[in-house]
Amino acid sequence: MDDKNKKHITSYQTYGIVLVGLLILTFISVGVTWIELGPLTVTVALLVASVKVFIVLTYFMHLKYDSLFIKLMVAGIFILFAVIIVITFLDYWFR
Amino acid sequence: MAKLDTPALEQSFLNNHGKNPIRAWLFSTDHKRIGILYLLSIGFFFLVGGLLGGLMRIELIAPGETIMDPQTYNGVFTVHGLIMIFLVVIPGLSAVFGNFFLPILIGARDVAFPKLNLLSWWLYIFGAILAISSQFLGSGAPDTGWTFYAPYSTETGSNVVLAVFSAFVLGFSSILTGLNFIVTVHRMRAPGMTWFKMPLFPWSLYATAWIQVLATPIVGVTFLMIVAERLFQIGFFDPSLGGDPLLYQHLFWIYSHPAVYIMILPAMGVVTEIIPTFAKKHIFGYKAIALSSLAIAAVGYFVWGHHMYTAGMSGTARWFFSFLTFIVAVPSAIKVFNWVATMHKGSITVRTPFLYTLAFIFLFMIGGLTGLWLGALATNVHLHDTAFVVAHFHYIIFGGMGFAFFAGLHYWYPKMFGKMYDEKLANVAFVIIFIGFNLLYFPLFIIGMQGMPRRYADYLPEYTGGHFWSTMGAIVLITGALLMIYNLIIRTRKKGTPAEMNPWGGKSLEWTLESPPKEHNFDEIPTITENPYNY
Ligand SMILES: [Cu+2]
Repeated sequence: MDDKNKKHITSYQTYGIVLVGLLILTFISVGVTWIELGPLTVTVALLVASVKVFIVLTYFMHLKYDSLFIKLMVAGIFILFAVIIVITFLDYWFR
Repeated sequence: MAKLDTPALEQSFLNNHGKNPIRAWLFSTDHKRIGILYLLSIGFFFLVGGLLGGLMRIELIAPGETIMDPQTYNGVFTVHGLIMIFLVVIPGLSAVFGNFFLPILIGARDVAFPKLNLLSWWLYIFGAILAISSQFLGSGAPDTGWTFYAPYSTETGSNVVLAVFSAFVLGFSSILTGLNFIVTVHRMRAPGMTWFKMPLFPWSLYATAWIQVLATPIVGVTFLMIVAERLFQIGFFDPSLGGDPLLYQHLFWIYSHPAVYIMILPAMGVVTEIIPTFAKKHIFGYKAIALSSLAIAAVGYFVWGHHMYTAGMSGTARWFFSFLTFIVAVPSAIKVFNWVATMHKGSITVRTPFLYTLAFIFLFMIGGLTGLWLGALATNVHLHDTAFVVAHFHYIIFGGMGFAFFAGLHYWYPKMFGKMYDEKLANVAFVIIFIGFNLLYFPLFIIGMQGMPRRYADYLPEYTGGHFWSTMGAIVLITGALLMIYNLIIRTRKKGTPAEMNPWGGKSLEWTLESPPKEHNFDEIPTITENPYNY
């Protein structure tokens, strides 16, 4: 890979901010369970979880500083995941 | 292990250099030693699983109770499945021959992460201990079958939690092996070895590794969901807790169908290495075979619902899964045609590995084509959950993966251990195994079509004939397997002749090394200029 020798060192400050962000999101997902939202409860929980996944992948798992090739691989996995969900719902939607 | 009585053996990776042999083996990060550790452990569990299968066959030799009561029978088929699937055929070829030969075939000194590789084996052993202890600890051996279908698995009094936890641990072993191989193939190929100059066994391992990494976590989480439902009454699957039992089947098969390709893809890779060597001809359709591995891995993700046609899934989902199941047969057929075309007009020498390879193609075809009977919606309704499924599955996994494993074992044995086995005796064992296999499983197709259900300890008198011959086949098969093991271990140890560097006249990189190879394989990393099959 061409960026083999590029090193990127993330500062403790960035990690600190990410950690606080994740904790806040955790409080939000716990907090919404006290509010009566009906079926939206699950939607909110999944949305919050998705944001957390995004942050973890970008900073903790270093995706922000990786090559396009690695990013595309990760994107491929999300597409696979989405297709599996859609196919599963071919059952649930048409039952 | 072979005795180090020749200079080649002494200079090889088999030499412990005076270290404590147990330490030198159990904590070795040499990919070749780890491959042999897997070979011994998988071989051991294959014998245990085979013994349990033999006990089931004896129970079924005649109607009525023969040697065990129905509850014991349920436990025996569960642990037979658990051992054979998770401890034998899933690690199988990639853990044994993948570990030993992937680095060598791509011109590397080891896998990308040797310590992680050792950890995979230790996780495998840890998972195996858990799986075995689930049979004896707690409230009785699990009786769910290896599929652990909910809601029965969340309700039965038997020791399901430990059994699914063992499968969870074994999943990690599989994921780490897959991860290791993906990175190895991407980063460790010898200079000049482009993707399309890579041999086809590494290609199949690469496709397999992606399935291991991406599909295994799904079944891991699913098993944790069972544990959560059993221990904390969280309603994922049990309708009385608000769950959906079909959700379990979806999640389970999203992994377990691709898992069939974890088993069979490396088998196809081994066969693809063996055929050109014995036909002395360039492999036919190199790119088609390489890409069909990826196609199988990709499409194989989307066909899981063919296990659930009769479970109450929507009509839309049913025709969709049936359609894709027929599509996934195409890349498999591409491989078969290419193998046959490679043999066409080749100058074939029929040696033991080649015999196993021919048997593989024949048995895999029977298994694959009967898979289409099961994949079609209408015939499936009749055949679902009958002995026909058992026969189909064993033709694919034993006739396919198992025979390819034996083919690879006889092909690479002189390279791995530096000794040549008695080929005549190996051929005799082959004939006995081949006859025994067909006698064991073919009658199950017939009584399955007549309505014999699977997983039943007893049956009506009209199935007696089929069951009797099947049990006879099991006895023949076990005899042949024991003869093969005797030949490879005991006889070769005493009377084996030192193996040449290249006993079969192969062209890929392993044949440029000593038999057995040195500790770091290559003195100098080779530069690759041509395709591996230039005969
Ligand atoms: Cu399947």
